[in-house]
Amino acid sequence: MTLSISLTVNGVRTDVAIDDPRVTLLDLLRERLHLTGTKKGCDRGQCGACTVLVDGRRINSCLALAVSHDGAEVLTIEGLASGDRLHPVQAAFIDNDGFQCGFCTPGQIMSAIGLIAEAETGDDPERIREAMSGNLCRCGAHVGIIEAVLDARNRLAEDERRTA
Amino acid sequence: MNQFEYLRPASVAEAVAAASEPGAAFLAAGTNLLDLMKLGALRPSRLVDVTRLPELSNVEQLDGGGFRIGALVRNADLAREPAFAAAFPSVAEALLSGASAQLRNAASVGGNLMQHTRCAYFQDPASACNRRDPGTGCDALTGENRSHAVLGWSNACIATHPSDFSVPLVALDAVVEIAGPDGRREMALEDLYPLPDAHRAPESGLRPGEMVVSLRLPPEAASFRAHARYLKLRERTSFAFALVSAAAALRIEDGRILQARLALGAVAARPWRARAAEALLFGAVPSAENFGRAADAALADARPSGDNGFKIELARRVIKRVLLLAADGTPERMPALPASAFNLENGAVAHV
Repeated sequence: MTLSISLTVNGVRTDVAIDDPRVTLLDLLRERLHLTGTKKGCDRGQCGACTVLVDGRRINSCLALAVSHDGAEVLTIEGLASGDRLHPVQAAFIDNDGFQCGFCTPGQIMSAIGLIAEAETGDDPERIREAMSGNLCRCGAHVGIIEAVLDARNRLAEDERRTA
Repeated sequence: MNQFEYLRPASVAEAVAAASEPGAAFLAAGTNLLDLMKLGALRPSRLVDVTRLPELSNVEQLDGGGFRIGALVRNADLAREPAFAAAFPSVAEALLSGASAQLRNAASVGGNLMQHTRCAYFQDPASACNRRDPGTGCDALTGENRSHAVLGWSNACIATHPSDFSVPLVALDAVVEIAGPDGRREMALEDLYPLPDAHRAPESGLRPGEMVVSLRLPPEAASFRAHARYLKLRERTSFAFALVSAAAALRIEDGRILQARLALGAVAARPWRARAAEALLFGAVPSAENFGRAADAALADARPSGDNGFKIELARRVIKRVLLLAADGTPERMPALPASAFNLENGAVAHV
């Protein structure tokens, strides 16, 4: 049986025919929609490399069944920059050496965007560390990552003050 | 992962009917189920997707002060609900000490309560496991078992229940409301988790086709709000399951304990209510000495199921510490590291 679902991915509405209900949101993004920025690390919800925003919330796309997310709005790393202009969180990761090999980076950045939207950490590094614990970096770039998240949070808060 | 039939019912009645067939499983967020299906530990022939069912996503304050929480409320949303977190701070702390932000955003209340043990032999389809495949034996008994049960176990099964959320809930006499083929019923949350007997280790107290539709906290559960804590020891400070955890709730008046509630996590197949310890604390002065006595009473029947005797002493210390924390009072703000032993003075962090 083929099921059809509709997703809005990075602002574009897409109808996808699903011929096998086992496909996860992660596999759908990578294999069907060819958005390979979202990474498959452990495929078990332990590493965070597959983090995307679904309806504005960060989740592990490897543990989400695609058919169950009919109608969802999905934001991936590919949907952040406007042309050559990076999203402030992307820019902060570069400025603060928030990565080495880069494999976990899309998940780290999507998780950081989710964290900033949740607005629960303030500028407390311990709260940010705790809230980023679902994203592992095997290169050990966590120090730079936490600095990047702090920096990005401050930049976004500054942008908000300016436009308010 | 095995092939399965996917159904998305429009009502609880349809969901229950669809799930009454042998081999069917309910799907909410799937954060535990899909993981176990990928491992081959669970092989349901039909998934009944309950995520679109109406009326199961509300947090409702009941007349008299109790709360009803729909089974589909997400873990993170419940922890962030201000009225709920104020009334049941140890429940919010336990929720925020579990898993990661991503998993808490997805995982549902019902899914958390119904999650499976993290016993490695349950998860490995090549291992013998009476809980997964009744009658096959238990490879954990002679295997890697340092995190396994020290209370309420049998030679049929030494697995522990992994939920943090359910530990303060059992301490606070939470009730689950259930829909099934024979209509609605309710049971104490504690009874949702049967202990293993000599031969069998049933996964839950639910009958085929039944689903948890909501969780209810009685009005008196909120009377502990000023002195309610959850403490969780684990091998890393965040994003790990408990080795031992405990939830304590006290009512203190004029320097004496009027009522105490205590439950342990990760020591048995159910969140372990320590009623003998609660009785000892009635009328007692909140002191380290009295809390030590309560801890001894709570662990009086404990015995190692393998290489895990250290958990008994660990549990004593966790109980004493969580009772001291509860006596100190609920912190004004959620600690930076929820339920961590590395928080000092109600929320400040001893960075190690």
